[in-house]
Amino acid sequence: MSRSTGILKGLFEAFATTLREMFRKPVTIQYPEEKKPLSARARWRIVLTRDPDGGERCVACYLCSAVCPVSCISMQSADRGDGRRYPEWFRINFGRCILCGMCEEACPTLAIQLTPDYEFCKYKALDMVYEKEDLLIDGTGKDPEYNFYKHAGIGIVNPKGKNPDEYGPVDIRSNMP
Amino acid sequence: MNSYIPWLIIIIKAFLILFVTLTLAAYMVLAERKLLARMQDRYGPNRVGPFGLLQPLADVIKLITKEDILPAQADRFIYLIAPGVVAGTVLLTFAVVPFGAPVKIGGVTVQMPVIDLNVGALYFLAMSSLGVYGVALAGWSSGSKYSLFGGIRGSAQMISYELSMGLALVPVVMLTGSFSLNDIVAAQSNVPFVVYSPLAFVIFLVSVAAESRRIPFDLAEAENELVAGYHTEYSGMRFGLFYIGEYVNIIVLSALAVTFYLGGWHGPGPSWLSLFWFFLKAAAIAFFFIWMRATLPRLRYDQLMHLGWKFLVPLSLANVLLTGFLALIFHWRNV
Repeated sequence: MSRSTGILKGLFEAFATTLREMFRKPVTIQYPEEKKPLSARARWRIVLTRDPDGGERCVACYLCSAVCPVSCISMQSADRGDGRRYPEWFRINFGRCILCGMCEEACPTLAIQLTPDYEFCKYKALDMVYEKEDLLIDGTGKDPEYNFYKHAGIGIVNPKGKNPDEYGPVDIRSNMP
Repeated sequence: MNSYIPWLIIIIKAFLILFVTLTLAAYMVLAERKLLARMQDRYGPNRVGPFGLLQPLADVIKLITKEDILPAQADRFIYLIAPGVVAGTVLLTFAVVPFGAPVKIGGVTVQMPVIDLNVGALYFLAMSSLGVYGVALAGWSSGSKYSLFGGIRGSAQMISYELSMGLALVPVVMLTGSFSLNDIVAAQSNVPFVVYSPLAFVIFLVSVAAESRRIPFDLAEAENELVAGYHTEYSGMRFGLFYIGEYVNIIVLSALAVTFYLGGWHGPGPSWLSLFWFFLKAAAIAFFFIWMRATLPRLRYDQLMHLGWKFLVPLSLANVLLTGFLALIFHWRNV
Protein backbone atom coordinates (compact mmCIF):
# COMPACT_ATOMS: atom_id res chain seq x y z
CA MET A 1 0.00 0.00 0.00
CA SER A 2 2.86 2.37 0.78
CA ARG A 3 4.21 1.88 -2.74
CA SER A 4 1.00 3.07 -4.38
CA THR A 5 0.70 6.05 -2.05
CA GLY A 6 4.30 6.86 -2.99
CA ILE A 7 3.35 6.76 -6.68
CA LEU A 8 0.34 9.01 -6.07
CA LYS A 9 2.44 11.42 -4.01
CA GLY A 10 5.07 11.51 -6.76
CA LEU A 11 2.44 12.19 -9.39
CA PHE A 12 0.85 14.95 -7.36
CA GLU A 13 4.16 16.64 -6.62
CA ALA A 14 5.21 16.48 -10.27
CA PHE A 15 1.98 18.07 -11.47
CA ALA A 16 2.16 20.71 -8.75
CA THR A 17 5.72 21.57 -9.74
CA THR A 18 4.91 22.13 -13.40
CA LEU A 19 1.85 24.16 -12.52
CA ARG A 20 3.88 26.33 -10.15
CA GLU A 21 6.59 26.91 -12.73
CA MET A 22 3.96 28.03 -15.23
CA PHE A 23 3.35 31.18 -13.19
CA ARG A 24 7.01 32.06 -12.83
CA LYS A 25 8.68 34.63 -15.05
CA PRO A 26 10.63 32.84 -17.78
CA VAL A 27 14.38 32.93 -17.42
CA THR A 28 14.89 33.57 -21.13
CA ILE A 29 16.78 36.73 -22.10
CA GLN A 30 15.21 37.79 -25.40
CA TYR A 31 18.47 38.75 -27.01
CA PRO A 32 18.11 41.53 -29.55
CA GLU A 33 15.71 43.43 -27.27
CA GLU A 34 17.09 42.42 -23.90
CA LYS A 35 20.79 42.21 -23.27
CA LYS A 36 22.62 40.74 -20.36
CA PRO A 37 24.79 43.29 -18.52
CA LEU A 38 28.41 42.53 -19.35
CA SER A 39 30.99 41.96 -16.67
CA ALA A 40 33.32 44.86 -15.95
CA ARG A 41 36.27 43.31 -17.76
CA ALA A 42 34.41 41.69 -20.64
CA ARG A 43 36.86 40.87 -23.44
CA TRP A 44 35.55 41.01 -26.98
CA ARG A 45 36.51 42.74 -30.22
CA ILE A 46 40.17 43.79 -30.38
CA VAL A 47 41.22 47.32 -31.31
CA LEU A 48 44.50 49.16 -31.82
CA THR A 49 44.57 52.41 -29.86
CA ARG A 50 46.43 55.70 -30.27
CA ASP A 51 48.36 57.70 -27.68
CA PRO A 52 47.02 61.05 -26.41
CA ASP A 53 48.90 62.91 -29.14
CA GLY A 54 47.11 60.92 -31.79
CA GLY A 55 50.08 58.84 -32.83
CA GLU A 56 49.89 55.09 -33.26
CA ARG A 57 50.78 53.25 -30.10
CA CYS A 58 51.76 50.01 -31.80
CA VAL A 59 55.48 49.66 -32.34
CA ALA A 60 55.24 46.36 -34.22
CA CYS A 61 57.20 44.39 -31.65
CA TYR A 62 55.44 41.10 -32.55
CA LEU A 63 54.91 40.21 -28.88
CA CYS A 64 51.13 39.88 -29.30
CA SER A 65 51.56 37.76 -32.38
CA ALA A 66 54.09 35.59 -30.53
CA VAL A 67 51.92 35.08 -27.46
CA CYS A 68 48.69 34.46 -29.36
CA PRO A 69 47.78 30.82 -28.67
CA VAL A 70 45.86 30.44 -31.91
CA SER A 71 48.24 32.52 -34.04
CA CYS A 72 45.54 34.80 -35.34
CA ILE A 73 47.60 38.02 -35.23
CA SER A 74 50.04 38.83 -37.98
CA MET A 75 51.79 42.04 -39.01
CA GLN A 76 54.73 43.50 -40.89
CA SER A 77 56.95 46.00 -39.11
CA ALA A 78 58.41 49.02 -40.84
CA ASP A 79 60.58 51.98 -39.89
CA ARG A 80 58.97 55.40 -39.83
CA GLY A 81 62.27 57.13 -40.64
CA ASP A 82 62.79 58.76 -37.24
CA GLY A 83 63.81 55.51 -35.61
CA ARG A 84 60.30 54.67 -34.53
CA ARG A 85 58.69 51.47 -35.75
CA TYR A 86 55.12 50.94 -36.83
CA PRO A 87 53.18 48.05 -38.38
CA GLU A 88 52.98 48.33 -42.16
CA TRP A 89 49.98 46.10 -42.00
CA PHE A 90 48.31 44.49 -39.06
CA ARG A 91 45.82 41.68 -39.38
CA ILE A 92 43.67 39.80 -36.86
CA ASN A 93 41.64 36.82 -37.97
CA PHE A 94 38.62 36.94 -35.64
CA GLY A 95 37.48 33.64 -37.03
CA ARG A 96 40.32 32.09 -35.04
CA CYS A 97 40.61 34.56 -32.15
CA ILE A 98 39.54 33.03 -28.85
CA LEU A 99 39.37 36.39 -27.07
CA CYS A 100 41.78 35.22 -24.38
CA GLY A 101 43.30 38.67 -23.95
CA MET A 102 46.91 37.49 -23.84
CA CYS A 103 47.87 39.93 -26.62
CA GLU A 104 46.62 42.75 -24.44
CA GLU A 105 48.69 41.49 -21.51
CA ALA A 106 51.80 41.14 -23.66
CA CYS A 107 51.60 44.56 -25.31
CA PRO A 108 54.34 46.84 -23.94
CA THR A 109 52.77 50.02 -25.32
CA LEU A 110 49.12 49.30 -24.35
CA ALA A 111 48.30 49.54 -28.05
CA ILE A 112 46.25 46.37 -28.49
CA GLN A 113 43.15 46.26 -26.30
CA LEU A 114 40.02 44.18 -26.00
CA THR A 115 36.72 46.07 -26.00
CA PRO A 116 33.28 45.04 -24.68
CA ASP A 117 31.76 45.08 -28.20
CA TYR A 118 30.65 41.51 -28.86
CA GLU A 119 28.22 41.97 -31.77
CA PHE A 120 30.49 41.57 -34.76
CA CYS A 121 29.21 38.42 -36.44
CA LYS A 122 29.63 38.11 -40.18
CA TYR A 123 28.00 36.03 -42.86
CA LYS A 124 31.29 35.19 -44.58
CA ALA A 125 34.35 33.75 -42.87
CA LEU A 126 36.68 36.05 -44.80
CA ASP A 127 34.87 39.09 -43.43
CA MET A 128 36.12 38.05 -40.00
CA VAL A 129 39.65 39.00 -41.01
CA TYR A 130 40.20 42.54 -39.80
CA GLU A 131 42.93 44.68 -41.39
CA LYS A 132 44.75 47.54 -39.71
CA GLU A 133 42.30 50.17 -40.87
CA ASP A 134 39.46 48.18 -39.30
CA LEU A 135 41.37 47.75 -36.06
CA LEU A 136 42.89 51.18 -35.52
CA ILE A 137 40.65 53.54 -33.57
CA ASP A 138 41.05 57.26 -32.89
CA GLY A 139 40.83 57.08 -29.10
CA THR A 140 43.19 56.05 -26.37
CA GLY A 141 41.16 53.17 -25.02
CA LYS A 142 41.46 52.06 -21.43
CA ASP A 143 44.53 54.14 -20.45
CA PRO A 144 43.88 57.69 -21.66
CA GLU A 145 47.04 59.30 -20.18
CA TYR A 146 49.58 56.74 -21.23
CA ASN A 147 52.12 57.61 -23.89
CA PHE A 148 54.83 55.02 -24.37
CA TYR A 149 57.40 57.43 -25.80
CA LYS A 150 57.02 59.74 -22.80
CA HIS A 151 58.42 56.96 -20.63
CA ALA A 152 60.61 54.93 -22.92
CA GLY A 153 61.62 55.01 -26.52
CA ILE A 154 64.91 56.68 -25.60
CA GLY A 155 66.06 59.55 -27.73
CA ILE A 156 63.26 59.41 -30.20
CA VAL A 157 60.60 61.81 -28.88
CA ASN A 158 62.70 63.54 -26.21
CA PRO A 159 66.45 63.52 -25.85
CA LYS A 160 67.93 60.98 -23.47
CA GLY A 161 67.00 61.61 -19.84
CA LYS A 162 64.42 64.30 -20.57
CA ASN A 163 61.32 62.20 -20.06
CA PRO A 164 59.36 63.20 -16.92
CA ASP A 165 60.05 60.13 -14.81
CA GLU A 166 63.51 59.41 -16.22
CA TYR A 167 66.94 59.99 -14.70
CA GLY A 168 69.64 61.45 -16.81
CA PRO A 169 72.30 59.14 -18.23
CA VAL A 170 74.89 57.99 -15.75
CA ASP A 171 78.52 58.73 -16.36
CA ILE A 172 79.99 55.35 -15.59
CA ARG A 173 83.45 56.79 -15.05
CA SER A 174 82.29 59.07 -12.19
CA ASN A 175 79.87 56.57 -10.68
CA MET A 176 82.35 55.32 -8.12
CA PRO A 177 81.35 53.91 -4.74
CA MET B 1 -41.01 20.90 -45.34
CA ASN B 2 -38.63 20.34 -48.19
CA SER B 3 -36.77 17.09 -48.04
CA TYR B 4 -33.40 18.55 -48.92
CA ILE B 5 -33.23 20.87 -45.90
CA PRO B 6 -31.94 18.23 -43.42
CA TRP B 7 -29.21 17.31 -45.88
CA LEU B 8 -28.29 20.93 -46.39
CA ILE B 9 -28.07 21.44 -42.63
CA ILE B 10 -25.84 18.39 -42.28
CA ILE B 11 -23.50 19.61 -45.03
CA ILE B 12 -23.28 23.11 -43.55
CA LYS B 13 -22.58 21.69 -40.11
CA ALA B 14 -19.94 19.35 -41.50
CA PHE B 15 -18.09 22.18 -43.24
CA LEU B 16 -18.36 24.43 -40.22
CA ILE B 17 -17.01 21.73 -37.97
CA LEU B 18 -14.19 20.91 -40.37
CA PHE B 19 -13.17 24.54 -40.56
CA VAL B 20 -13.45 25.25 -36.84
CA THR B 21 -11.73 22.03 -35.82
CA LEU B 22 -8.78 22.48 -38.14
CA THR B 23 -8.32 26.09 -37.03
CA LEU B 24 -8.61 25.04 -33.41
CA ALA B 25 -6.05 22.29 -34.02
CA ALA B 26 -3.59 24.80 -35.45
CA TYR B 27 -4.06 27.03 -32.43
CA MET B 28 -3.90 24.01 -30.16
CA VAL B 29 -0.33 23.58 -31.41
CA LEU B 30 0.42 27.18 -30.49
CA ALA B 31 -1.30 26.86 -27.11
CA GLU B 32 0.66 23.73 -26.35
CA ARG B 33 3.97 25.26 -27.35
CA LYS B 34 3.22 28.35 -25.27
CA LEU B 35 2.08 26.45 -22.18
CA LEU B 36 4.90 23.91 -22.39
CA ALA B 37 7.34 26.77 -22.67
CA ARG B 38 5.92 28.54 -19.65
CA MET B 39 6.02 25.34 -17.62
CA GLN B 40 9.69 25.07 -18.57
CA ASP B 41 10.34 28.75 -17.72
CA ARG B 42 10.63 29.76 -21.38
CA TYR B 43 8.53 32.15 -23.50
CA GLY B 44 7.66 29.91 -26.43
CA PRO B 45 6.88 31.27 -29.89
CA ASN B 46 6.45 35.06 -29.66
CA ARG B 47 8.05 36.37 -32.85
CA VAL B 48 5.42 35.84 -35.56
CA GLY B 49 2.69 38.37 -34.95
CA PRO B 50 1.55 39.63 -31.54
CA PHE B 51 2.17 36.92 -28.90
CA GLY B 52 3.13 34.58 -31.75
CA LEU B 53 -0.49 34.38 -32.87
CA LEU B 54 0.44 34.03 -36.54
CA GLN B 55 2.82 31.15 -35.83
CA PRO B 56 0.30 28.45 -36.91
CA LEU B 57 -0.09 30.24 -40.24
CA ALA B 58 3.67 30.30 -40.74
CA ASP B 59 3.85 26.61 -39.83
CA VAL B 60 1.15 25.71 -42.32
CA ILE B 61 2.85 27.67 -45.11
CA LYS B 62 6.11 25.94 -44.30
CA LEU B 63 4.54 22.49 -44.29
CA ILE B 64 2.66 23.04 -47.55
CA THR B 65 5.66 24.36 -49.44
CA LYS B 66 8.02 21.61 -48.28
CA GLU B 67 8.98 18.77 -50.58
CA ASP B 68 6.88 15.63 -50.27
CA ILE B 69 9.51 12.90 -50.15
CA LEU B 70 8.65 9.36 -51.21
CA PRO B 71 11.34 6.92 -50.06
CA ALA B 72 12.52 4.39 -52.64
CA GLN B 73 11.82 1.52 -50.22
CA ALA B 74 8.29 2.66 -49.44
CA ASP B 75 5.14 0.80 -50.41
CA ARG B 76 3.85 3.59 -52.56
CA PHE B 77 0.07 3.43 -52.29
CA ILE B 78 -0.16 2.63 -48.57
CA TYR B 79 2.57 5.14 -47.77
CA LEU B 80 0.58 7.86 -49.47
CA ILE B 81 -2.81 7.17 -47.86
CA ALA B 82 -1.68 6.41 -44.27
CA PRO B 83 -1.59 10.07 -43.09
CA GLY B 84 -5.07 10.54 -44.50
CA VAL B 85 -6.30 7.58 -42.46
CA VAL B 86 -4.96 9.12 -39.26
CA ALA B 87 -6.35 12.60 -39.88
CA GLY B 88 -9.56 11.36 -41.51
CA THR B 89 -10.70 9.00 -38.76
CA VAL B 90 -10.06 11.65 -36.14
CA LEU B 91 -12.03 14.26 -38.05
CA LEU B 92 -14.86 11.80 -38.65
CA THR B 93 -15.17 11.20 -34.92
CA PHE B 94 -16.23 14.80 -34.51
CA ALA B 95 -19.43 14.07 -36.46
CA VAL B 96 -21.17 12.67 -33.38
CA VAL B 97 -20.04 15.16 -30.74
CA PRO B 98 -22.95 17.25 -29.39
CA PHE B 99 -21.14 20.47 -28.64
CA GLY B 100 -24.12 22.66 -27.86
CA ALA B 101 -27.80 22.75 -27.04
CA PRO B 102 -30.22 22.25 -29.95
CA VAL B 103 -31.05 25.49 -31.76
CA LYS B 104 -34.38 26.43 -33.34
CA ILE B 105 -33.98 28.22 -36.68
CA GLY B 106 -37.23 29.05 -38.46
CA GLY B 107 -39.20 26.19 -36.97
CA VAL B 108 -36.47 23.65 -37.65
CA THR B 109 -34.73 22.24 -34.58
CA VAL B 110 -31.07 21.86 -35.42
CA GLN B 111 -29.22 19.30 -33.36
CA MET B 112 -25.61 20.28 -32.80
CA PRO B 113 -23.85 17.05 -33.79
CA VAL B 114 -23.59 16.58 -37.54
CA ILE B 115 -25.45 13.32 -37.14
CA ASP B 116 -26.98 11.82 -34.01
CA LEU B 117 -26.14 8.15 -34.41
CA ASN B 118 -27.96 5.81 -32.09
CA VAL B 119 -24.63 4.00 -31.67
CA GLY B 120 -22.55 7.15 -31.22
CA ALA B 121 -20.35 5.74 -28.47
CA LEU B 122 -19.62 2.64 -30.52
CA TYR B 123 -18.93 4.81 -33.55
CA PHE B 124 -16.32 6.69 -31.53
CA LEU B 125 -14.65 3.44 -30.44
CA ALA B 126 -14.72 2.16 -34.01
CA MET B 127 -13.15 5.32 -35.40
CA SER B 128 -10.38 5.33 -32.81
CA SER B 129 -9.69 1.68 -33.67
CA LEU B 130 -9.50 2.55 -37.35
CA GLY B 131 -7.02 5.29 -36.49
CA VAL B 132 -4.62 2.54 -35.45
CA TYR B 133 -4.43 1.50 -39.08
CA GLY B 134 -2.99 4.84 -40.04
CA VAL B 135 -0.15 4.41 -37.59
CA ALA B 136 0.48 0.75 -38.31
CA LEU B 137 0.36 1.17 -42.09
CA ALA B 138 2.51 4.28 -42.02
CA GLY B 139 5.11 2.42 -39.99
CA TRP B 140 5.00 -0.65 -42.19
CA SER B 141 4.93 1.04 -45.58
CA SER B 142 7.78 3.45 -44.93
CA GLY B 143 10.36 0.71 -45.39
CA SER B 144 12.41 1.94 -42.46
CA LYS B 145 13.16 0.01 -39.30
CA TYR B 146 12.42 2.98 -37.05
CA SER B 147 9.04 3.49 -38.66
CA LEU B 148 8.31 -0.20 -38.35
CA PHE B 149 9.16 -0.22 -34.65
CA GLY B 150 7.01 2.84 -34.15
CA GLY B 151 4.10 1.30 -36.01
CA ILE B 152 4.32 -1.96 -34.07
CA ARG B 153 4.51 -0.17 -30.75
CA GLY B 154 1.68 2.14 -31.72
CA SER B 155 -0.68 -0.66 -32.68
CA ALA B 156 0.19 -2.76 -29.62
CA GLN B 157 -0.37 0.24 -27.38
CA MET B 158 -3.65 1.27 -28.90
CA ILE B 159 -5.10 -2.21 -28.93
CA SER B 160 -4.25 -2.52 -25.21
CA TYR B 161 -5.71 0.80 -24.19
CA GLU B 162 -8.81 0.50 -26.31
CA LEU B 163 -10.01 -2.20 -23.93
CA SER B 164 -9.90 -0.06 -20.83
CA MET B 165 -11.33 2.88 -22.78
CA GLY B 166 -14.29 0.79 -23.91
CA LEU B 167 -14.78 -0.58 -20.42
CA ALA B 168 -14.67 2.92 -18.96
CA LEU B 169 -17.57 3.81 -21.25
CA VAL B 170 -19.68 0.92 -20.00
CA PRO B 171 -20.79 2.71 -16.78
CA VAL B 172 -21.83 5.71 -18.85
CA VAL B 173 -23.91 3.57 -21.18
CA MET B 174 -25.35 1.67 -18.21
CA LEU B 175 -26.44 4.87 -16.51
CA THR B 176 -27.90 6.32 -19.70
CA GLY B 177 -29.35 3.21 -21.27
CA SER B 178 -28.39 4.46 -24.71
CA PHE B 179 -25.38 4.66 -27.02
CA SER B 180 -26.51 7.97 -28.49
CA LEU B 181 -24.30 10.87 -27.43
CA ASN B 182 -27.33 13.18 -27.35
CA ASP B 183 -29.02 10.89 -24.84
CA ILE B 184 -25.83 10.64 -22.82
CA VAL B 185 -25.65 14.42 -22.54
CA ALA B 186 -29.35 14.68 -21.79
CA ALA B 187 -28.97 12.17 -18.95
CA GLN B 188 -26.39 14.47 -17.35
CA SER B 189 -28.59 17.56 -17.23
CA ASN B 190 -28.58 17.54 -13.43
CA VAL B 191 -25.52 15.62 -12.30
CA PRO B 192 -22.58 14.79 -14.57
CA PHE B 193 -21.52 11.15 -14.66
CA VAL B 194 -18.12 11.96 -13.16
CA VAL B 195 -19.93 12.16 -9.82
CA TYR B 196 -21.46 8.71 -10.24
CA SER B 197 -18.33 7.06 -11.53
CA PRO B 198 -15.19 9.12 -10.95
CA LEU B 199 -13.00 6.06 -11.43
CA ALA B 200 -14.33 5.57 -14.95
CA PHE B 201 -13.47 9.19 -15.71
CA VAL B 202 -9.87 8.72 -14.54
CA ILE B 203 -9.50 5.46 -16.48
CA PHE B 204 -10.98 7.11 -19.55
CA LEU B 205 -8.55 10.04 -19.29
CA VAL B 206 -5.53 7.76 -18.99
CA SER B 207 -6.68 5.52 -21.85
CA VAL B 208 -7.44 8.51 -24.00
CA ALA B 209 -3.98 9.92 -23.34
CA ALA B 210 -2.57 6.61 -24.52
CA GLU B 211 -4.93 6.64 -27.48
CA SER B 212 -3.74 10.05 -28.61
CA ARG B 213 -0.07 8.86 -28.54
CA ARG B 214 1.11 11.78 -26.47
CA ILE B 215 3.99 12.12 -24.16
CA PRO B 216 3.64 9.72 -21.30
CA PHE B 217 2.48 7.24 -23.94
CA ASP B 218 4.28 8.41 -27.07
CA LEU B 219 6.21 5.21 -27.62
CA ALA B 220 5.13 5.13 -31.23
CA GLU B 221 7.07 8.35 -31.80
CA ALA B 222 9.75 8.20 -29.09
CA GLU B 223 12.14 10.79 -30.58
CA ASN B 224 15.01 9.65 -28.39
CA GLU B 225 14.85 6.05 -29.55
CA LEU B 226 13.07 5.90 -32.91
CA VAL B 227 13.96 9.20 -34.63
CA ALA B 228 10.27 10.05 -35.04
CA GLY B 229 8.67 6.60 -34.96
CA TYR B 230 6.02 5.84 -37.52
CA HIS B 231 6.28 9.20 -39.29
CA THR B 232 10.07 9.25 -39.59
CA GLU B 233 10.02 9.17 -43.40
CA TYR B 234 7.19 11.64 -43.91
CA SER B 235 7.73 15.23 -44.89
CA GLY B 236 5.74 18.21 -46.04
CA MET B 237 1.97 18.18 -45.74
CA ARG B 238 1.83 14.40 -45.22
CA PHE B 239 3.77 14.90 -42.03
CA GLY B 240 1.45 17.85 -41.44
CA LEU B 241 -1.54 15.51 -41.61
CA PHE B 242 -0.08 13.34 -38.84
CA TYR B 243 0.59 16.48 -36.87
CA ILE B 244 -2.90 17.88 -37.40
CA GLY B 245 -4.32 14.46 -36.65
CA GLU B 246 -2.61 14.43 -33.29
CA TYR B 247 -3.98 17.81 -32.29
CA VAL B 248 -7.47 17.27 -33.68
CA ASN B 249 -7.35 14.05 -31.71
CA ILE B 250 -6.69 15.96 -28.51
CA ILE B 251 -9.63 18.24 -29.24
CA VAL B 252 -11.95 15.37 -30.12
CA LEU B 253 -10.96 13.28 -27.13
CA SER B 254 -11.32 16.26 -24.79
CA ALA B 255 -14.74 16.92 -26.29
CA LEU B 256 -15.73 13.30 -25.80
CA ALA B 257 -14.45 13.22 -22.22
CA VAL B 258 -16.67 16.25 -21.58
CA THR B 259 -19.60 14.61 -23.33
CA PHE B 260 -19.30 11.32 -21.50
CA TYR B 261 -18.43 12.47 -17.99
CA LEU B 262 -18.60 16.22 -17.45
CA GLY B 263 -22.16 16.86 -18.49
CA GLY B 264 -21.53 17.89 -22.10
CA TRP B 265 -22.86 21.32 -22.91
CA HIS B 266 -24.94 21.59 -19.75
CA GLY B 267 -24.14 24.56 -17.57
CA PRO B 268 -25.76 27.46 -15.77
CA GLY B 269 -27.27 30.26 -17.81
CA PRO B 270 -29.31 30.41 -21.01
CA SER B 271 -29.05 27.71 -23.65
CA TRP B 272 -26.95 29.80 -26.06
CA LEU B 273 -24.22 29.71 -23.42
CA SER B 274 -24.01 25.95 -23.92
CA LEU B 275 -21.32 26.33 -26.62
CA PHE B 276 -19.26 28.34 -24.18
CA TRP B 277 -19.64 25.78 -21.40
CA PHE B 278 -18.70 22.98 -23.73
CA PHE B 279 -15.67 24.86 -24.98
CA LEU B 280 -14.59 25.73 -21.44
CA LYS B 281 -14.80 22.14 -20.22
CA ALA B 282 -13.06 20.77 -23.31
CA ALA B 283 -10.32 23.39 -22.96
CA ALA B 284 -9.80 22.32 -19.36
CA ILE B 285 -9.30 18.70 -20.43
CA ALA B 286 -7.02 19.78 -23.28
CA PHE B 287 -5.03 21.84 -20.79
CA PHE B 288 -4.70 18.75 -18.66
CA PHE B 289 -3.21 16.86 -21.62
CA ILE B 290 -0.65 19.61 -22.15
CA TRP B 291 0.06 19.76 -18.45
CA MET B 292 0.60 16.01 -18.42
CA ARG B 293 3.00 16.31 -21.33
CA ALA B 294 5.04 18.87 -19.44
CA THR B 295 5.11 16.73 -16.31
CA LEU B 296 5.46 13.04 -17.01
CA PRO B 297 8.34 11.12 -18.61
CA ARG B 298 7.72 8.52 -21.30
CA LEU B 299 6.79 5.05 -20.11
CA ARG B 300 8.95 2.08 -21.04
CA TYR B 301 7.29 -0.51 -23.27
CA ASP B 302 6.87 -3.05 -20.46
CA GLN B 303 5.59 -0.38 -18.07
CA LEU B 304 3.06 0.63 -20.69
CA MET B 305 1.82 -2.94 -21.11
CA HIS B 306 1.85 -3.44 -17.35
CA LEU B 307 -0.24 -0.33 -16.77
CA GLY B 308 -2.67 -1.27 -19.51
CA TRP B 309 -3.27 -4.97 -18.95
CA LYS B 310 -2.49 -5.53 -15.27
CA PHE B 311 -3.87 -2.31 -13.87
CA LEU B 312 -6.36 -0.43 -16.04
CA VAL B 313 -8.26 -3.38 -17.47
CA PRO B 314 -8.92 -5.11 -14.10
CA LEU B 315 -9.68 -1.76 -12.52
CA SER B 316 -12.18 -0.81 -15.20
CA LEU B 317 -13.81 -4.25 -14.97
CA ALA B 318 -14.14 -3.82 -11.22
CA ASN B 319 -15.53 -0.36 -11.80
CA VAL B 320 -18.19 -1.70 -14.15
CA LEU B 321 -19.28 -4.14 -11.44
CA LEU B 322 -19.18 -1.47 -8.73
CA THR B 323 -21.12 1.11 -10.73
CA GLY B 324 -23.67 -1.48 -11.81
CA PHE B 325 -24.12 -2.59 -8.23
CA LEU B 326 -24.54 0.95 -6.94
CA ALA B 327 -26.87 1.88 -9.79
CA LEU B 328 -29.02 -1.13 -8.99
CA ILE B 329 -29.23 -0.29 -5.30
CA PHE B 330 -29.81 3.45 -5.59
CA HIS B 331 -31.89 3.34 -8.81
CA TRP B 332 -29.43 5.65 -10.60
CA ARG B 333 -30.59 4.94 -14.09
CA ASN B 334 -32.43 8.11 -14.92
CA VAL B 335 -33.38 7.78 -18.58
